[in-house]
Amino acid sequence: MVTTATPATDARRARHIAAQVPDPELPMLTLADLGVLRDVEVTGDGTVVASLTPTYSGCPAMAEMRADVAARLRAAGFARVEIRTVLDPPWTTDWITPEGRRRLAEHGIAPPGAAPRRAASGPVPLVLSATRRTAVPCPRCGAVDTEETSRFSATSCKALWRCLACREPFEYVKEI
Amino acid sequence: MSEDHLYLTLAEGHEDDARWAFGTGFEDPLHGVDTTVPAGVDAAGLAACCLALGDDALVSAQRLAEWTTRAPELEEEVALANIGLDLLGQARLLYARCGQVDGSERGEDAYAYFRDADAFRNVRLAELPNGDFAFSVVRLLVLSAWRLALFERLAGCADPVLAAIAAKGVKELTYHRQYAAEWAVRLGDGTDESHRRMRAALADVYPYVDELLATGPGFGIDTEDVREEVTAVLGQVLDAAGLDLPDVRPLPGSGRDGDRTEHLAPLLAELQSVARAHPEATW
Repeated sequence: MVTTATPATDARRARHIAAQVPDPELPMLTLADLGVLRDVEVTGDGTVVASLTPTYSGCPAMAEMRADVAARLRAAGFARVEIRTVLDPPWTTDWITPEGRRRLAEHGIAPPGAAPRRAASGPVPLVLSATRRTAVPCPRCGAVDTEETSRFSATSCKALWRCLACREPFEYVKEI
Repeated sequence: MSEDHLYLTLAEGHEDDARWAFGTGFEDPLHGVDTTVPAGVDAAGLAACCLALGDDALVSAQRLAEWTTRAPELEEEVALANIGLDLLGQARLLYARCGQVDGSERGEDAYAYFRDADAFRNVRLAELPNGDFAFSVVRLLVLSAWRLALFERLAGCADPVLAAIAAKGVKELTYHRQYAAEWAVRLGDGTDESHRRMRAALADVYPYVDELLATGPGFGIDTEDVREEVTAVLGQVLDAAGLDLPDVRPLPGSGRDGDRTEHLAPLLAELQSVARAHPEATW
């Protein structure tokens, strides 16, 4: 194949390839949709440097994500690939793209609301009141008559809810 | 990409296939992070802080994992396992940082699998057996309230890697503390039996609380400031739960200085058994 690659088109192509890699645990989302692909650049010597951030500290999928991004970039002809881990700033569900949110809902997983905003200083408040938090609409029937059954679920980033209207349980990507 | 392709990619660099298994042999969790220690940072103090916080997290994660298949309800089992997984992730990052700054250049596994009980620096509260659900709830409440207060402050510390680990941890610990606090209120303000068990759990846990609050892992954090916040949070929860502070005296000694209970060695024996049976394996 004859290519007329320039550094700029290389970078665009590398970014496009990395952005298409699906998340190993939420395969309906790409790593770009999930907001864990932070940056892709091509250095002067042609090395592709892709930066990933973990969702949670214990996220067991990080190694797979790294391997997958590197493998796809190599398969696309980039000989030198470097994957960097970025811890700062920490991942937030606010980085899930609108397309990612749409795809979550389409697959029966309620997308997150806005992540809690903290005061610039002072301790994290502990709220013990019995008032229900903002209702999470059921991703299947749209009813807002839903309740949390567990704040934790099969993956770190999700909580378990159930719909009191259609009686279906569903998962919810909790704000962080 | 086919799944086969992905797993082959993961196995790259492990020429001896027999020694590779899914979930093992992964790279350093700080892979590709800028690990320079800024000038003027006390490397020994930083290493000691990372080690103590890593040990608290690893030992707690092991105790939380022990609830799997034994929790009162499936949802609680999932919750406890998830909290343990977050802490395990924090431990990996902290051990990796420790190995970069203590001069040993050891990897995370050297800390987790190849140290004996007397080299651990976790607080003794973390290593006590799980007891009943009330005991585990009270312990988690105390440990997560303290760790959250500490991590909030460490997020602004002089070492950018520890600061980033802490800032990430704050988000996770907020959920852990919330979980434990809600259960504390539900059980304390529940039936006569659940209230009785919570009182007993408080009496068992509190002799170890002073050790946690008095001997912070250092690194420029004001221990009294942390103590004040934790005491306020615990007071808020106990108030809502209708529980009083138990009248117990602090136990002498400290896990931060290497004092251990008889419970850590058996915990480590289980945690380390496979790695030590196959010491040349890549884990």
